[in-house]
Amino acid sequence: MKARVTIYPRPEVLDPQGKAVHQALTRVGFDGVNSVRVGKSFDIELKTRSQPLAMKQLEAMCDKLLANRVMEVYEIEILGKAGK
Amino acid sequence: MKCGVVVFPGSNCDHDVYHVLKHLLNVETVFLWHDDADLKGSDLVVLPGGFSYGDYLRAGAMAGLSPIVDEVRRHAEAGGLVLGICNGFQILLEMGLLPGAMRRNLGQRFLCRDVHLEVVRDDLAFTSQYSVGQILRMPVAHAEGNYFDTPKNLDALEKNRQVVFRYCDPGGGPDDPNGSERGIAGICNRDGNVFGLMPHPERCSEELLGNVDGLALFSSVMKSAAAAMEVEA
Repeated sequence: MKARVTIYPRPEVLDPQGKAVHQALTRVGFDGVNSVRVGKSFDIELKTRSQPLAMKQLEAMCDKLLANRVMEVYEIEILGKAGK
Repeated sequence: MKCGVVVFPGSNCDHDVYHVLKHLLNVETVFLWHDDADLKGSDLVVLPGGFSYGDYLRAGAMAGLSPIVDEVRRHAEAGGLVLGICNGFQILLEMGLLPGAMRRNLGQRFLCRDVHLEVVRDDLAFTSQYSVGQILRMPVAHAEGNYFDTPKNLDALEKNRQVVFRYCDPGGGPDDPNGSERGIAGICNRDGNVFGLMPHPERCSEELLGNVDGLALFSSVMKSAAAAMEVEA
């Protein structure tokens, strides 16, 4: 099972990186941007073929290591079965 | 009194702390390897500054799961003294021994300069040789020192008297070099036996370096240990 985990700063947390990118975009002429949040993504291949089990494992990974729940939120997207 | 300095792959202030404890204060001090789950009987455990595991993912995140960490947690929960400096502070946050988290500095830059600190607590094992309101000068060197927690948790932190050092200007007025919430530079747990701070007291502990404002932090610990031994005796 392949999955993509995306981590973002919580909406109420000031994101200095996103702010800097937003300012840079404005500087080079993209003045239609309202806001930018910078996150990170992980493409993870799991041994299991069960989607519920995959979700459970991925949530545990996020809580234990991938995300810092004090200031980050995560989204999990199942991309399909490995090898396809 | 015995001190243990934990060495992670990438620690680079471990020898500085060792030098202050062993050579300036003449205390028995050993290095503790991150991969050994053994504190070797240390009364004070120091998580030093530098980088741990390349600080991949988030500063301190990987180190917060290394084998020695369970022992550090046990030591802390039993009331033992734990001091986290810079990267060590970040590790204590990732371990959950101290509340909150670190964001990138507000100015996006690695900040490497002297800052000023206001002493908020002088009744801890780590700060008894300072006095409340005293202004200290100490160097900082970090990219992720921008302390964050929710307003509700910050209120609780202040109510429980867990703020130990706050950034200030040389005259004691408000200053915030990295964007930290409420100017927080160092905090302790509720029992006061776990203390984390971003500035580097080990880099300002002898005359040769032009500043000794950090030495009292380490001598406070030695003094409180000596007092504790007297009580036991």
